[in-house]
Amino acid sequence: MSILLSNISKKFGTFAALDQINLEIPEGELVALLGPSGCGKTTLLRIIAGLESADEGRVLISGQDKTDHDVSQRGIGFVFQHYALFRHMTVFENVAFGLRVKSRRERPSEAIIRKKVHDLLNLVQLDWLHDRYPDQLSGGQRQRIALARALAVEPSVLLLDEPFGALDAGVRKDLRQWLRNLHHDLNVTSIFVTHDQEEAMEVASQVVVLNHGHIEQQGTPSDIYDHPSNEFVSKFIGQTNVFNLEEHDADWLQTAGLPTTHQKGRVAHVRPHDIVIAKSTDDNDAFVILKDWQHLGSLIRIELVKSSVNGQSASVYAEMPNDQFRRLQLNKGDKVDLRIRHAHWFH
Amino acid sequence: MAKSSIMPGFRPAIGFTLVYLSLVVLIPLSTLVFKSFQLSWDDYVNIITSKRVLHSFRVSFVTSLVAAFVAGFFGFIVAWVLVRYSFFGKRFFHALIDFPFALPTAVAGIVLATIFQPSGFLGKLLSETFGIQVAFKPLGIVMALIFISIPFVVRTVEPVLLEFETTMEEAALSLGATRLQVFTKIIFPNVFPALLTGFALAFARGVGEYGSVIFIAGNIPYVSEIVPLLIVTKLEQFDFEGATAIALTMLVVSFLLLLVINMLQYWVRKRSGQL
Repeated sequence: MSILLSNISKKFGTFAALDQINLEIPEGELVALLGPSGCGKTTLLRIIAGLESADEGRVLISGQDKTDHDVSQRGIGFVFQHYALFRHMTVFENVAFGLRVKSRRERPSEAIIRKKVHDLLNLVQLDWLHDRYPDQLSGGQRQRIALARALAVEPSVLLLDEPFGALDAGVRKDLRQWLRNLHHDLNVTSIFVTHDQEEAMEVASQVVVLNHGHIEQQGTPSDIYDHPSNEFVSKFIGQTNVFNLEEHDADWLQTAGLPTTHQKGRVAHVRPHDIVIAKSTDDNDAFVILKDWQHLGSLIRIELVKSSVNGQSASVYAEMPNDQFRRLQLNKGDKVDLRIRHAHWFH
Repeated sequence: MAKSSIMPGFRPAIGFTLVYLSLVVLIPLSTLVFKSFQLSWDDYVNIITSKRVLHSFRVSFVTSLVAAFVAGFFGFIVAWVLVRYSFFGKRFFHALIDFPFALPTAVAGIVLATIFQPSGFLGKLLSETFGIQVAFKPLGIVMALIFISIPFVVRTVEPVLLEFETTMEEAALSLGATRLQVFTKIIFPNVFPALLTGFALAFARGVGEYGSVIFIAGNIPYVSEIVPLLIVTKLEQFDFEGATAIALTMLVVSFLLLLVINMLQYWVRKRSGQL
């Protein structure tokens, strides 16, 4: 179901956690609320869930005003960062909980509950653990049980708070992919909170970037990466090199192939893969010194040092495929020519 | 222990524990047992089955049980309020809870007796409005035992409530549970083992309590005479055998009851996956 937030504000004491948030989430999307810690993303998720109440503003779920509805009447499924599984119940009873607490009129028969719970456990591929207790499961398993439990009540919206935050890297990678596939199959509108931009880009169909209690940008992952609407988003999403024209970078950028005559701003942000390097042949003004490099799997990250006019040296990072870098046959300390293919300008 | 274990100092530690347990617990208790061997079985049975003794046993165990239940109920509420809410004077209440621990029990007994005796402030009120007499009745004993044992319940339940993950409650609510269901299905089962421990402690303390009870109980044989008092009475009459026989019986019964409670606790924990 679609979600509409209008003018949501929330203060904790004098600290404004959220300031006039307006957000529309169309049906069936998998949305990431992305931002640094303390930006208000979890608070926003909890307000949508009804676990927290906003000072101002309305929450509409599929057109219905749910602002004054209690969390138990919002028809949402919530997955907590630390799973919040009921530790005194077996996995089966955890998943069945949402069905068992329904009023007598709405409660399905025991046979239907049994079938449904096993179906859900099969969906998360953990039916074989149905008689275990949460303390006996691994982190990844608990997270999947928590998800199955939330899905048992057939929520119209699925809300996940840092769903992979407490897991180790390998499990996290698998679960991301798995969540994406699950969302594809179930097509329930889902929102998850994360501070990890890579995770947001990889999993979500829509990304909402939050900072200091307001929305910086909303769009598809490629939108946000290719067209960041401001400096914050550009810096927060992916790696970027920052060149400030006021710090005598203009001439240097000109020689590096970035025309500054029709400058569109004061600051240029350049992605590492938009920097091309080659072995220096003559004494070009735009030269830099190769300081070091790191292997990032298929890519190499190259650290270059540029000495600026005022004598300070600044690092510039470039990235290129492994084999391409090998062909350049560069060594530490080599002089390198540098060309910038593309930049984002900000005021 | 031929193999070295990861925790060093096993031998001195176990040695110290055994010596300590022997000196403080085992030797006095076994003296009690050996002393009672001076009695023949028939004498023993005669002492124990005398009407007065049986009555005092009934009074002691029933009042302790009732007091433990009441203390369990109110102690839980007190612990809940102290953990869940913040209010003015919370720290003061917190300190107040431990008072019965520190107060000489005789002082507590005298104060309670003064208040609840028929001419006392509360005693008068209760007897005039409801026709209930507290002092010199088993009810008075229950009153004193509740006073004494409430901190045991509060102090055992409190840390468990503090540690309780409130996200479990939020999860239950988000799954459509009502507040009542959250309490009965989520909070209570998690706190129950601790509550049971508190109950057992309260009960054990109640059975052994002497100082605070004798003043308010009136110590009327067949009505409000508790076992510990009967033991003291027998001692004062230089009837050491009688005193030992009663004490030994008391010991065995208390031990069995605590054993049952412990087994119940084990069963609860096992059933809820906490073991």
